[in-house]
Amino acid sequence: MLRAALPLLGLPLAAAGAAEEPTQEPGSWGEPPPGLALFRWQWHEVEAPYLVALWILVASLAKIVFHLSRKVTSLVPESCLLILLGLVLGGIVLAVAKKAEYQLEPGTFFLFLLPPIVLDSGYFMPSRLFFDNLGAILTYAVVGTLWNAFTTGAALWGLQQAGLVAPRVQAGLLDFLLFGSLISAVDPVAVLAVFEEVHVNETLFIIVFGESLLNDAVTVVLYKVCNSFVEMGSANVQVTDYLKGVASLFVVSLGGAAVGLVFAFLLALTTRFTKRVRIIEPLLVFLLAYAAYLTAEMASLSAILAVTMCGLGCKKYVEANISHKSRTAVKYTMKTLASCAETVIFMLLGISAVDSSKWAWDSGLVLGTLFFILFFRALGVVLQTWMLNQFRLVPLDKIDQVVMSYGGLRGAVAFALVILLDRTKVPAKDYFVATTIVVVFFTVIVQGLTIKPLVKWLKVKRSEHHKPTLNQELHEHTFDHILAAVEDVVGHHGYHYWRDRWEQFDKKYLSQLLMRRSAYRIRDQIWDVYYRLNIRDAISFVDQGGHVLSSTGLTLPSMPSRNSVAETSVTNLLRESGSGACLDLQVIDTVRSGRDREDAVMHHLLCGGLYKPRRRYKASCSRHFISEDAQERQDKEIFQQNMKRRLESFKSTKHNICFTKNKPRTRKASRKKKDGVANAEATNGKPPRDLGFQDTAAVILTVESEEEEESDSSETEKEDDEGIIFVARATSEVLQEGKFSGPVLDTENTEGQHTVCLQCTFYVEWRNHGLALPLIQHVFISPDSDCCAQVARVS
Amino acid sequence: MGSRSSHAALIPDVENIRRETGFSQASLLRLYHRFRALDRSKKGYLSRVDLQQIGALAVNPLGDRIIDSFFPDGSQRVDFSGFVRVLAHFRPIDDDTGVRDPKQPEPLNSRTNKLRFAFQLYDLDQDGKISRHEMLQVLRLMVGVQVTEEQLESITDRTVQEADEDGDGAVSFLEFTKSLEKMDIEQKMSIRILK
Repeated sequence: MLRAALPLLGLPLAAAGAAEEPTQEPGSWGEPPPGLALFRWQWHEVEAPYLVALWILVASLAKIVFHLSRKVTSLVPESCLLILLGLVLGGIVLAVAKKAEYQLEPGTFFLFLLPPIVLDSGYFMPSRLFFDNLGAILTYAVVGTLWNAFTTGAALWGLQQAGLVAPRVQAGLLDFLLFGSLISAVDPVAVLAVFEEVHVNETLFIIVFGESLLNDAVTVVLYKVCNSFVEMGSANVQVTDYLKGVASLFVVSLGGAAVGLVFAFLLALTTRFTKRVRIIEPLLVFLLAYAAYLTAEMASLSAILAVTMCGLGCKKYVEANISHKSRTAVKYTMKTLASCAETVIFMLLGISAVDSSKWAWDSGLVLGTLFFILFFRALGVVLQTWMLNQFRLVPLDKIDQVVMSYGGLRGAVAFALVILLDRTKVPAKDYFVATTIVVVFFTVIVQGLTIKPLVKWLKVKRSEHHKPTLNQELHEHTFDHILAAVEDVVGHHGYHYWRDRWEQFDKKYLSQLLMRRSAYRIRDQIWDVYYRLNIRDAISFVDQGGHVLSSTGLTLPSMPSRNSVAETSVTNLLRESGSGACLDLQVIDTVRSGRDREDAVMHHLLCGGLYKPRRRYKASCSRHFISEDAQERQDKEIFQQNMKRRLESFKSTKHNICFTKNKPRTRKASRKKKDGVANAEATNGKPPRDLGFQDTAAVILTVESEEEEESDSSETEKEDDEGIIFVARATSEVLQEGKFSGPVLDTENTEGQHTVCLQCTFYVEWRNHGLALPLIQHVFISPDSDCCAQVARVS
Repeated sequence: MGSRSSHAALIPDVENIRRETGFSQASLLRLYHRFRALDRSKKGYLSRVDLQQIGALAVNPLGDRIIDSFFPDGSQRVDFSGFVRVLAHFRPIDDDTGVRDPKQPEPLNSRTNKLRFAFQLYDLDQDGKISRHEMLQVLRLMVGVQVTEEQLESITDRTVQEADEDGDGAVSFLEFTKSLEKMDIEQKMSIRILK
């Protein structure tokens, strides 16, 4: 995809060095200095690295300056500010050195600046969401990009035929198609930078973002094919060439993905063995991912796809294998590198625009391009969405479509590609460069600036139709939750069958191969410090006098309870809840009467406080903040409360059951849980006495996200590996009782079976499900399942 | 996916169920497979425990209440027809306009029945009214912990006040329906694949 022979940073920097030092020390190392020099100016020796460091420093300082003003950053996305800064700096350099020194060199861009961003995106992409919407993403990426490219190219050619483009722009149909192909691709860097500021729901985010990543393959192929056609000359193109072009699309994309997966496999495999050399784990992650990128580049396959697949594929295993500290290191480093690269890219974009020797202006071409890309993108989005909505379970509505078409930003990739064009083969290159610059600037600045107000306006417009009363607000949320719950019951998250198959395959083969043995042995042990457990709360809750878990060295965050939270003002609530939560902000301003004001205040309270159902989640792939996801916090809270309630109801039903005695049980040391965790569940309210934990048949409950939604559970799960473990003890009574009037459990199948779990209702069940990731596992076992039978191999 | 065991003949009592719920053959089959998948120990019916196994319900504030709605009248098990009957409430509304025999009972997925389903989730003691206490409980479920008790109480008061028209301090089904007349229930309580 790129002529890798292009000079790297060295060249422009060296030129800069020369320009900045017009008075060179003559023979600074040619002749020996006249005497012993106390101090020498060794600029040349440190020039290249110094300049690199200096640029990055300038960019970072700029970011600090931007963020000093809250107001500015809330209005203007950072990418805009950076481009403007680049323009200013470019102007300065131009004025000082009389020629433009620094450019966004394609070589640097593709080899050094783009990989960290793509890696960061691929690694932190929510894979479940990605695969759920894969159909939509692929449609937009492939069909959409092709549509954009061809229509834009053809329209521009039409414009030229119509005479609106000056004849000095010597370009034929193929040239225009070439141009169309490079200008039509949505850019991942720009999209991510802008969408971060705009809070849209996660489906929309993943579709636009996924599209921007996956369309790389299409862009690469189109660009190369058109380029070679141009070089061959339009007369020499034959039918077989067209067919080869189509075939190369598949080769490039699937090949790129395959390379990525191979490296993901390698990465996962090597991290399996790094137990003694923990310090190199982060290094491995970066190196192998980068190697994937370079390998794909070398084979002229789609490198972006390779890195994305590598990140997606390896994450699960790598996270299980590497140490906690390494994970943090990887996370932070990735974000830093990506953020830094993005900053430098935008700045260099600004600077490169200043060099007017590289471009030539043609109004017709520029204006035509701008119009066409907007128009055809909108048209394409509408058509494809209409088609997709026939198949989608959650249709994409009008606002989503507007955001999608407006959010199709072009960025640095287009620019780098246009610079790569060969002027001898494509005589109109300079005009194309100018047009590309204008397009990129326009999309990033204008569209970036206006997308946030646009979204807000649209959302407000939509909610204007019904100014929601408190009731409606509440009930809307209720219905959303109900719907989400019923969807889960029905199990319709699409592709269910294949996901199940994949997960079985994964469990049986891949996880065994790629994950450290201890990673899932550890899961079996309750007091594993790997988890941050809410044991204290669970125990104190369940415990009616038994042993309390002690000294496991765990930090136990306590369960949030309503009364312990300090009074928060409405404004705090509002601020916390973020911009997307409550959009009738203007209500509070226009309200006069006390009663209505109170109403509005309450409204905001409710708005801010309500748990957000699935559809309304905000996307959280932020480059700039690594904060605990509000989503995770919400899930944690809900989960804890649900478990509390279930435990309560279980307790109350148990109390209904009449127990006679409280026999300690011998517990066989099976490979499962227990030991170390004392537990007590009072049977008839009497605290059990002197029970060593060897005596108690401990059953632990961990909560599992059923259906093995690993990636989903990594959302609910958090990287902190939390889980709630309830410990309840089964008593033999219950065992021997065999029948009881408890309303909770059905007893049919327990006749004659002595099963521990039956009565305790909660139990732990890891077994060897081969669960690699620390999942929140919630398993209720029914009596006659075989897990239960193993646990209950007693007396 | 549907090609494994594709016969509707597997489903017991399929004709009655179809008539009652209005599901298509394909949907019923799909639901049947799901039922079987949930019923891990192949008992032939589902217990609460089976439904609680669905992990995503544990992070849904109304998860437990939904599970309870599958077990009406205190029963502890739900067979396939009961399972489907509840889910029928979420079938998208049919587009046939108005040509319905008024003597026949309303289909399960009519707007009224959808609302009634939701109403029953609120109304725990099934007395036909959502009392202030019940509303408070629902709010407690649905709101995060940063909202204090007093705030919750005042929100409850306002909510009940807003909806309550006859001044009895509780929200009856009619009042509930009225307060939601502007909401697009059909879309909010429909799952598309269940045609």
